[in-house]
Amino acid sequence: MAEVQLNINGQPHQADVESRLLLVHFIREVANLTGTHIGCDSTSCGACTVLVDGLPAKSCTLFAVQVNGADISTVEGLEQDGQLHPIQEGFFEEHGLQCGFCTPGMMMAGVALLERNANPSEADVRHAISGNLCRCTGYVNIVKAIQYAGAKMRGELPERAAKEVA
Amino acid sequence: MIPSAFEYAAPQSLAEAISFLQGHAGQAKVLAGGQSLIPLMKFRLASPEYLVDIARVPGLAHLEERAGHLAIGSMVREAVLEASPLIRARYPALLETSLVVADPLVRNFATVGGNVAHADPANDHPATMLALRAHAVVEGPGGRRTIAIDDFLVDTFETALAPDEVLVELQVPQPAAHSGSAYVKLERKVGDYAIAGVAVQVTLEGDVCHEAGLGLTNVGSKAIRPLEAERFLVGKRLDEDVLRQAADLAATAAEPVSDLRGPAEYKRAMVRTLTVRALRKAAQRAKEA
Repeated sequence: MAEVQLNINGQPHQADVESRLLLVHFIREVANLTGTHIGCDSTSCGACTVLVDGLPAKSCTLFAVQVNGADISTVEGLEQDGQLHPIQEGFFEEHGLQCGFCTPGMMMAGVALLERNANPSEADVRHAISGNLCRCTGYVNIVKAIQYAGAKMRGELPERAAKEVA
Repeated sequence: MIPSAFEYAAPQSLAEAISFLQGHAGQAKVLAGGQSLIPLMKFRLASPEYLVDIARVPGLAHLEERAGHLAIGSMVREAVLEASPLIRARYPALLETSLVVADPLVRNFATVGGNVAHADPANDHPATMLALRAHAVVEGPGGRRTIAIDDFLVDTFETALAPDEVLVELQVPQPAAHSGSAYVKLERKVGDYAIAGVAVQVTLEGDVCHEAGLGLTNVGSKAIRPLEAERFLVGKRLDEDVLRQAADLAATAAEPVSDLRGPAEYKRAMVRTLTVRALRKAAQRAKEA
């Protein structure tokens, strides 16, 4: 057993866990944040993507002990005070999801991209999400959604009415 | 999928890591980024009793030129290599290799050292290290030793590392004047292993090839150096005819097997095509250098 402490979306979570516990299981079963999905469970699909100290990573392919002490960001941390994060608004506005299974991972990969590139080209977006699989959309609207979020974060899009968000 | 239980150690120094490995000879495995080892453990193709995580060992994440070579500390992440201005300016084959390792998310944790020490013939860096004539610096209880990459890569998942040794750094000779390198990989999709991959470095004197290094990915039980092709290139002008003949020799050196990525003969044909493409790119870069 190992003592693991993680800051998930700004909240400290501490637990005595088995060394073999994967980060995704810590997030889902210890912190009870089930927005982070498990898809392929073999490093291919990216449904489990979270940010580890700001870097997007596949949480099914890290042990929780490995990242002990890290800041983790998951999809639950995006919305603030009832306001959707621009990336969430982008997926809503541009129909960036159908079944929604890949969406949390897509959004976290998108957020990480926008952190270092505020105005990504289509090629930039496609590169950034090349480790995230979507079996529904064909990616076109996901790319648009992430670019929408970029535009929103650059202040190029009007504020949406609150009732539309709710 | 849940791996077998193991005991985890996070040493704070190299000496501590080596001493732990020595105390658990043969039962402990070094964990760097874990992006190859953890999937293997989840499939239970590997079930080490102890994992020695070297991520918190200081002094293993350096990436710098010194004393005639590029030193890549064993904890240098692929994403760091990829973003390095030094790598982008002077080591095109290393850059092109990093860019096709798995996907950008995996590369945030995957290490160059791990890619080589894991010794999967499908990994991309071993072939590039062959082409660039790299050395591996390893440290154990008896001190440090430097091993030529050809001797370091022993077989599938097998290196010259003793059970109580840690890979400390990879040393890549700084490219001589008028050198060019390239890595060309054929993959079905992002994140897949290579159907085949070819790494090349050539050094020109005038328009004649003075030195040539080649490495082949995923067409044998380990990365392959096509020695005949290298020898053939030296002393020749790199025209299309010479490139094709060298590519024939590289294809002959390949030992592909038929699997879900294609029949052996197709892979051999791809080695031929990729060798021509990689040589063309490297020769062009050498002329511009």
